[in-house]
Amino acid sequence: MDHLAILPILLPMFAGALLLLSGRASEGFKRSLCLLATLLQLPLAIALMAQASGGLQVYAAGNWMPPFGIVLVVDHLAALLLLVTAVLAIAAVVYAVRGDDLLGANFHALFQFQLMGINGAFLTGDLFNLFVFFEILLIASYALLLHGTGSARIRSGLHYVLLNLFGSALFLIAIGTLYGVTGTLNLTDLSQRVAQLPAPDAPLVGAAAMLLLVVFGLKAAVFPLYFWLPKAYAAATPPVAALFAIMTKVGIYSILRIYTQVFGDTAGPLADLANGWLWPAALLTLVLGTIGALAASTLNGLISYLLVVSVGTLLAGLALDSHDALVGSLYYLIHSTWVCGALFLFAGIISRCRGPRFVGRLVPGPALSRPTLLSGLFFLAAISVIGLPPLSGFIGKLLLLRAAETGVAAGWLYSLLLGSGLVSIIAFSRAGSTLFWRTDPAAAAGGSVDNVRLVAVLALLLCSPLLVVFAGPLLDYLTITVDQLLDPQEYARQVLSMQINTSGGGH
Amino acid sequence: MELLYALTLGVLTMSGVYLLLRARTFPVVVGLTLISYAVNLFLFAMGRLHTGKPAVLGQVAEHGDPLPQALVLTAIVIGFAMTAFALVLALRAQGELENDHVDGRGKR
Repeated sequence: MDHLAILPILLPMFAGALLLLSGRASEGFKRSLCLLATLLQLPLAIALMAQASGGLQVYAAGNWMPPFGIVLVVDHLAALLLLVTAVLAIAAVVYAVRGDDLLGANFHALFQFQLMGINGAFLTGDLFNLFVFFEILLIASYALLLHGTGSARIRSGLHYVLLNLFGSALFLIAIGTLYGVTGTLNLTDLSQRVAQLPAPDAPLVGAAAMLLLVVFGLKAAVFPLYFWLPKAYAAATPPVAALFAIMTKVGIYSILRIYTQVFGDTAGPLADLANGWLWPAALLTLVLGTIGALAASTLNGLISYLLVVSVGTLLAGLALDSHDALVGSLYYLIHSTWVCGALFLFAGIISRCRGPRFVGRLVPGPALSRPTLLSGLFFLAAISVIGLPPLSGFIGKLLLLRAAETGVAAGWLYSLLLGSGLVSIIAFSRAGSTLFWRTDPAAAAGGSVDNVRLVAVLALLLCSPLLVVFAGPLLDYLTITVDQLLDPQEYARQVLSMQINTSGGGH
Repeated sequence: MELLYALTLGVLTMSGVYLLLRARTFPVVVGLTLISYAVNLFLFAMGRLHTGKPAVLGQVAEHGDPLPQALVLTAIVIGFAMTAFALVLALRAQGELENDHVDGRGKR
């Protein structure tokens, strides 16, 4: 059996364990080990993507065959998200090794464990295993969020931890109910059982499915469960906040996976269960995120609310539930993860330049050391995240709007998405003019710009024009991804056929 | 047995939710613990309630479902670790914010 599929989980696990054991080793060693392990994720993700293009890869852990054993499934979607995570993580580590990792203990080990949880959540094909990887990424994120000091961090961290603990309890209730009724937790097997569900069992399974929606909605920061996000992300250190840009996407990914493959079109009495709820939730998230962005008083707060806006946009795409809308959503997901990550890192650089008194607060502060470069970067990032041409946000929004076609849904989406773009322009112009033009001559000059940190930001930002240049091949890939997602029967056949293929030669 | 079991779960969850809504860190942590007890028992019950049916294959003619027991073990370990973490965090919040309200700014 090919063991490549489990490496994105094993590599950070061993790297993290080694980093914990080498607690007294020099910082240089820890930094290089962490950087190496993160860099290796990139070729691994690319190799898995190539492998996934040749067909679905199923890895049965311990050679226990599905539906009884735990499987990892590498399909187009999982491989793509591994790549997105790897790129984001590399930029975050490169930024962190310039000093942010020393704000607290064991930054690098926690970072690796967080990556392990994220990668595992993308790869797993089993609902309970998804819960386990959620917990791994959560417990690492709790510690990373509190990395550093400050009472704001403790307060928002407490909310984050308590809410997610309650969310985990709900997740377990949903899993228990699903297992009690259907007798399986393997996602593909579950989708087949749900399709043939006897009518009396349908309400119970439906209730469990809606509970899962609440849990994933909490992770994805969907209205009305997003209130923890702006405070928590604005208080986190820059590399941690940047890595967290993918965390909301884990929630979105789970919603996509569960409600297209298990409770999708083929789910019999429970078909398209969540769509009626997703649509209003998505639009409300979009509106409230935009209002929050306008009202934000710090740069970090502004970016956090933009992350909420991107979640709303993505979810609206999922709720449209057409082939084109899903392709657009996935494109927008890649774009928003990288650009929001870059913005969080950039906000870190700005805070450092303005000194500890002003940090990212949107008030006139000291003159920055390299204003042209920084304001130029800010301008580019703003254009990209708002969705103005010619950068990737524009293409993402265009794909979504085109997928809405006509009708009431299109009316809502057009007005809200474009209105939110307009309000974001206002929020960004206000933030930019305050940060770069309205300087306070009395304020003491802040620090200088660190070049390595700048490279990390630049590399992530550069992904936005790259996404435009390679939009053609990427959209081809995404089309296959969505084809695969929308055909759960073929998917199930491939996953469950493993039993026959390897039953003789398994060892 | 089912009725007693269901009532136990109900009382545990009810107490847990009540404590959670007290919005003071220590009651909240105890409330979360009670809820996780209820959830673990619920998960266990999903393999159906039997007596005298070991979850080992080949020992007896009719065996219990071993999977919920494995799930519950995992859930207990994770829940235990999370509770310990929440407790430490609550202590640190008490130290830094000098307040045990979950928002950090209630009455002392």
